Amino acid sequence: MTLRRYLVLAVITLTASCGDTFLSRGMKSLGPVSLAHPAELIHAIFSPWVAAGIVLLVGFFASYLTALSWADLTYVLPASSLGYVIMTLLAKFWLGERVSTLRWLGVVFITAGVGFVTRGPSYTDHSAAAGAELSAEIENAEPESAASHADGVRR
Amino acid sequence: MTNPHAVLATAAMIASIVVTATAGDILTASAMRQVGDLDVIRRRSGIPGAAVAVITNGRFGLGVVCLALSFFSLLFAFSHRDLSLIGPAATSLTFVTNALAAKFFLRENVDRRRWSAAIFVCVGVALLAF
Repeated sequence: MTLRRYLVLAVITLTASCGDTFLSRGMKSLGPVSLAHPAELIHAIFSPWVAAGIVLLVGFFASYLTALSWADLTYVLPASSLGYVIMTLLAKFWLGERVSTLRWLGVVFITAGVGFVTRGPSYTDHSAAAGAELSAEIENAEPESAASHADGVRR
Repeated sequence: MTNPHAVLATAAMIASIVVTATAGDILTASAMRQVGDLDVIRRRSGIPGAAVAVITNGRFGLGVVCLALSFFSLLFAFSHRDLSLIGPAATSLTFVTNALAAKFFLRENVDRRRWSAAIFVCVGVALLAF
C-alpha cells in the first residue's frame, strides 16, 4: 500500500460520511415521503442539500471503484469505516442528534476494526493462489508418476 | 419506537437497503476485478479510457442498478427515521453480508484478521444506534 492509496481510502471515508449527512439534512427538511407518492423521491434529488450529497457520493463512488481495482472488498469496507465515526460527530455537532456513551463505545470498536484490517494484506492474488494449487497438485502427482515410471522400468 | 408496526417497518427499510447494497457491492467489486488496476489503465489510456473500461462492463451496470435501488431505499428510510439509527444499522449488517458474499462469490481470502475487523466494525456500528 502506497501513500496515494491511503489517500484514496481517506477520500472514500470523507465523501461517504459527508454525503450521507447532507442527504439526511436534505430529507429532514423536505419531510416524510409517502409510499403512495414515490415520485417525491425524484423531486428530492433537486433540493440543494440532497444535490450536494449526491455530488459528494459521486466522488465517493469514483474513489471506491478505484480502490476496488487494487484491493479486496473485505479490505476496503472496514478500512474506510472511520467514516461512521465522522458521521456520528456530524450527527451530534451539526444535526443536533443525541450521542450516548454506547455510541462512543461503538466509535472505539470501529477504530479497533480499522486497525485490524489495515495491518493485513489488501488483495487476494487469485493467480498466485491458482499457481500454489497447481504446484501442490504437481508435487502430489510426482511421487505417483515416479512410481509408475519405476514400474515401467521394472517391466 | 415500541410500536410493533413501526419496528417492522424499520426492519423492512433496513433489510431492503442491506440486500440491494450487498448485491451492488459484490457486482461492482467483481466488475473491478475483471477490469483490473485502474491506475495502470489510466496511465496507459487516460481517464476516458479508464471510464470506458468500467462503464462497458456488464457486471458494473447490474451493480449500479442495485446500488441505485439501495440509494433510493436509503433516501426513503432517511425521510422516516434518524440518520443515527438507519445509517449504523443498515451498514453494520451490510458488513457481515458483504464478508460472507465476498468469501463465497468473489473467493476473497477472508482470514481471521478480516473476520475480526468485520465483526468489530459491525458491533461498533450497531452500538452507534443506541
